[in-house]
Amino acid sequence: MSKQTTGAVLIAGGGIGGIQAALDLANSGYYVYMIEKNASIGGVMSQLDKTFPTNDCSMCIMSPKLVEVGRHINIRLITLAEIKEVRGELGNFEVDVFRKARYVDMDKCIACGACTEKCPKKVVDAYNQGLVKRKAVYVQYPQAVPLKYVIDAEHCIKLTKGKCGNCEKTCPAGAINYDDQDQNVTLKVGAVILAPGFSPYNPAGKLIYSYDNNPDVVTSLEYERLLSASGPNQGHLVRPSDHAEPKRIAWLQCVGSRDTNTCDNAHCSSVCCMYAIKQAIITKEHDPGVDCTIFYMDMRTHGKGFENCYNEAREKYGIRFVRCKVHSVFPMAGGEKGQVLDYMDEHTGKWTRTTFDIVVLSVGMEIGPQVRELAQKLGVGLTDSGFCRTAAFDPVSTSRPGIYVCGAFQGPKDIPQTVVEAGAAAMRAGIALAGGRHTLTRAMSPPPERNIYGERPRIGVFVCHCGINISGVIDVPAVRDYAAGLPFVEYAADNMYSCSQDTQDNITKLIHEKNLNRIVVAACTPRTHDPLFQETLLNAGLNKYLFEMVNIRNHGSWVHKEYPQAATEKAKDLVRMAVAKVAQFQALEEARLEIDQNALVIGGGLSGMAAALALADQGYPVQLLEREAHLGGQANRLYKIAGGESVQDGLDSMRIAVANHPNIRTLLNAQLTHVDGFVGNFDSTVAHDGGTETIRHGVAVIATGARESRPTEYGYGGDARIVTALELDERMRQPDPALQQVNTAVFIQCVGSREPQRPYCSRICCTHSVSAALHLKELNPAMNVFVLYRDIRTYGEREKLYKTAREKGVIFIRFGLDDKPRVQVKDGRLEVEVRDHVLQRPVFLEADLLTLAAAVVPYKDEQLARFFKVPMNADGFFAEAHVKLAPSNFATDGVFLCGLAHYPKPMDESIAQAQAAASGATRLLSQKTIRTSGTVAYSSPMDCSSCGVCTAVCPYNAPFMRTDGPFKGKADINPVLCKGCGACVASCRSGALCLKGFEESQLMAMIECA
Amino acid sequence: METFEPNILAYCCKYCAYAAADLAGSMRMNYPGNIKIIQVPCTGRVDVLHLLKALEDGADGVYVAGCLEGECHFISGNLKVKKRVLQVKKILSQIGIEPERVEMFNLSSAMGPRFAEIAVEMTERIRKLGPSVVGLYQRRQAAVN
Repeated sequence: MSKQTTGAVLIAGGGIGGIQAALDLANSGYYVYMIEKNASIGGVMSQLDKTFPTNDCSMCIMSPKLVEVGRHINIRLITLAEIKEVRGELGNFEVDVFRKARYVDMDKCIACGACTEKCPKKVVDAYNQGLVKRKAVYVQYPQAVPLKYVIDAEHCIKLTKGKCGNCEKTCPAGAINYDDQDQNVTLKVGAVILAPGFSPYNPAGKLIYSYDNNPDVVTSLEYERLLSASGPNQGHLVRPSDHAEPKRIAWLQCVGSRDTNTCDNAHCSSVCCMYAIKQAIITKEHDPGVDCTIFYMDMRTHGKGFENCYNEAREKYGIRFVRCKVHSVFPMAGGEKGQVLDYMDEHTGKWTRTTFDIVVLSVGMEIGPQVRELAQKLGVGLTDSGFCRTAAFDPVSTSRPGIYVCGAFQGPKDIPQTVVEAGAAAMRAGIALAGGRHTLTRAMSPPPERNIYGERPRIGVFVCHCGINISGVIDVPAVRDYAAGLPFVEYAADNMYSCSQDTQDNITKLIHEKNLNRIVVAACTPRTHDPLFQETLLNAGLNKYLFEMVNIRNHGSWVHKEYPQAATEKAKDLVRMAVAKVAQFQALEEARLEIDQNALVIGGGLSGMAAALALADQGYPVQLLEREAHLGGQANRLYKIAGGESVQDGLDSMRIAVANHPNIRTLLNAQLTHVDGFVGNFDSTVAHDGGTETIRHGVAVIATGARESRPTEYGYGGDARIVTALELDERMRQPDPALQQVNTAVFIQCVGSREPQRPYCSRICCTHSVSAALHLKELNPAMNVFVLYRDIRTYGEREKLYKTAREKGVIFIRFGLDDKPRVQVKDGRLEVEVRDHVLQRPVFLEADLLTLAAAVVPYKDEQLARFFKVPMNADGFFAEAHVKLAPSNFATDGVFLCGLAHYPKPMDESIAQAQAAASGATRLLSQKTIRTSGTVAYSSPMDCSSCGVCTAVCPYNAPFMRTDGPFKGKADINPVLCKGCGACVASCRSGALCLKGFEESQLMAMIECA
Repeated sequence: METFEPNILAYCCKYCAYAAADLAGSMRMNYPGNIKIIQVPCTGRVDVLHLLKALEDGADGVYVAGCLEGECHFISGNLKVKKRVLQVKKILSQIGIEPERVEMFNLSSAMGPRFAEIAVEMTERIRKLGPSVVGLYQRRQAAVN
């Protein structure tokens, strides 16, 4: 390497993809600049009510990540900003960034909202999809990060006309600055990650949906806000035009997707089927009486848990699914409310007319003109549909070296796939900049901690006015004086703004002066401000756990405005409770743990090799285990990737890279026989080549794959002309000249998938059959090719293949689960009978080649699951830590997941997930030692009755029974694995377990003086 | 006669209920000040004793507010405490105290309005029930001493 690389990365976009990439990089030794065009981060995910298929609350799962980004010492957040230009090359870029003026001083703003209250100017609220108005000075949403107000310069009366100035007059913190200026800054980074996200398709101006002039026809994103508890109606579902409770709601799928007629979006947006199902289910949960109907072309529920969700929607919730593209929507004639839908009913073959109260347009994803322009300026290639062009074997690299991509800009996708790609992009950037790791990051260096053991509690209480936010309702001096008289309180004071920097300095000074050893701050919420005050304690030489926050704003002045007296009394009560608790606090230690720098990758298929290479390229030694005698797994049997790239060429170069890599040791014919230990220090015993050896490793990646099932129907095994998809690929690969001679080729889809005994969709078979059909047509354009399917699921830009196949004359015939094709061999002729969905009558196909799209099935390796204490789902695929936001992690720390072992997926997605798993592993490895939280459970072995309930209760395997020493057989807690939930503590029959920071004595002290 | 102002304790989990209470504040919802929140990392930390002790020490009502079922940040803490709440209700009815003084609620962190609703609901409920006999006894003892 000739030149030193810059150990910083610029991430363009603060949605969930950008957030994940930023956290991966900042936690593994790189400095991150996050550029966000809006006033706060969060992107589209922050606007969602729930997320499919588990219906988790979107904000709940996201906001801890928002807060982490906002407070990260190695992430610099630049909001209201966009990239202007990128100069230089991989390792050393200079990025010009344009930052719009905020007109609010972020250091001074305390997010009290007084400005908004007094602002006279109302503006359409984009966060709520224009369904309501906001003020010209505003915060995007209550949980926004950074939680700082912003003035909308376009609409502010002061900035446009020079009048008003209300906000400046009202702001108690003097944060308003009308003279703020736009800025240009130049940042030096080694790599860039593009995570700009998508634009929802705008149906305005398309007369067929009557969206323009009809408030009861809404887009799916508008409907999402209508459902949301934080939305315009507080989650109370009403018809927008008259606020009546709706009785009938329709969803129209593929609006702005799979449509080259009314727009130019040939691609499938991948997520709309699932979000429509989600919205319909949530609607039913709001009111089971609402009739929900989804009009669709193909139901694309191809992800993990999606098909189950679809089945539940039909069977449990009674949601109706009607297959058709609705022709038009128009309002009822003559003042009556309601939307009229005209559509062709497939079963009757007749025009049908129905009315609905609300019509939801399931709008697709597209890439807006600004992002396309940016791509052009940066020299990043795009696909025909405007998404970023990438290659299957390097799925997150753009055409310009050093610029990576993740999320919907790479192609339409859902949240988990975005999170996977974010990890992959972080990994690729991390590999490229490995030489610059830890060169630009900063670390905290607090003074040594004062030992307070044995000291009498000397508590300092600080009560915050929060401008007038608290003191406008609560009598702050009275609370202060009350606090001063409480037991062990040495000092009590009130502050105008407890969070300001000068207050922090003052608290630090007072801790020294008054020799305080415990601190209580009565102010806003610990969820945002705990870390700030804990840092102050650290800087004053106090253990950061000697601190308690009392929430007298969000839980006090803001909600008891009408009862100031009661609010003051309550504030006193809460302070008394906190003082009683904090008096019992002890300094807590954060366990330190060395992370062994070796990685173990289990499975030498495509995913395993990709994960091994990603880790090895950063300098970590990798042991790669493969049960077979050769690397490559299922990919060895594949012919071409959907885009046309050769699988074997790509696979060969990976195999060579693995074989020649100095950091990778490959163990073939290897079998894991035993695993001991936990994150940072696993000891795995491997049997291979007749011997066994024990490998010490800090992290493990499970990439054990899956296989093609052996069909038990359609005459498979009885006739050489009937083959599985992989068998067809092998013949194409040879290549088998007989394929050219085929007159009629038939594909049957969903063989063993989406059946009652195996309910999931195998995700890859539709694309595979369509690609294979196209290849057969190439070999012999005269060949008759039929694809018998249930729903074609060529999601994302794969839709183009489906379209091409139809154009080339491949005939698609749909069948239902209750009327499957029949295959028989009569007089040596292979005959397939299927009922045609258009003709509504059986057709007979005489085939020379019948390909069965057999299901992808997991190995259900229960032993491996036990070894690493990781769960499997009902289908036998490994269960990730979180379906949405941790798709490549396990709940067990230090163990990661990728590839088919997680769920069926195409090769590009497998490689991305392998890189994401490696990125997760790198977060641990790069830190060399990790610190655990101080608030963990611990055991008093003297009291333990050895019942073992704790080991059964804990979802994280933290409790264990000691196997030697004087307390053999007694429970102990591994602080490294403990997440501090306290479930074991509450379940302990003998009071042997305690949770630090939430000790029995502390809770009881609070209860006693409540 | 002036209205009885009950003293109510609420165990709220850090991830959902406590966050919902924060949001209720951000949204400037209004609810009576009778509710005092004790934050716990997860409602799974809340034991039968914590519920009983609160009543014993004079609270007129006590409730647990955790994540929606199936959405517990720690997988199943809220389901564990649900059983304990039922158990406490049973104990209370056996000793002649209204089991309605104890309750379990589930809500997500985005449900600020629901948090306020629960606060109102519980306050109203306990107001109707009147002071808990234990509390009355405690106060009488305090007066005697």
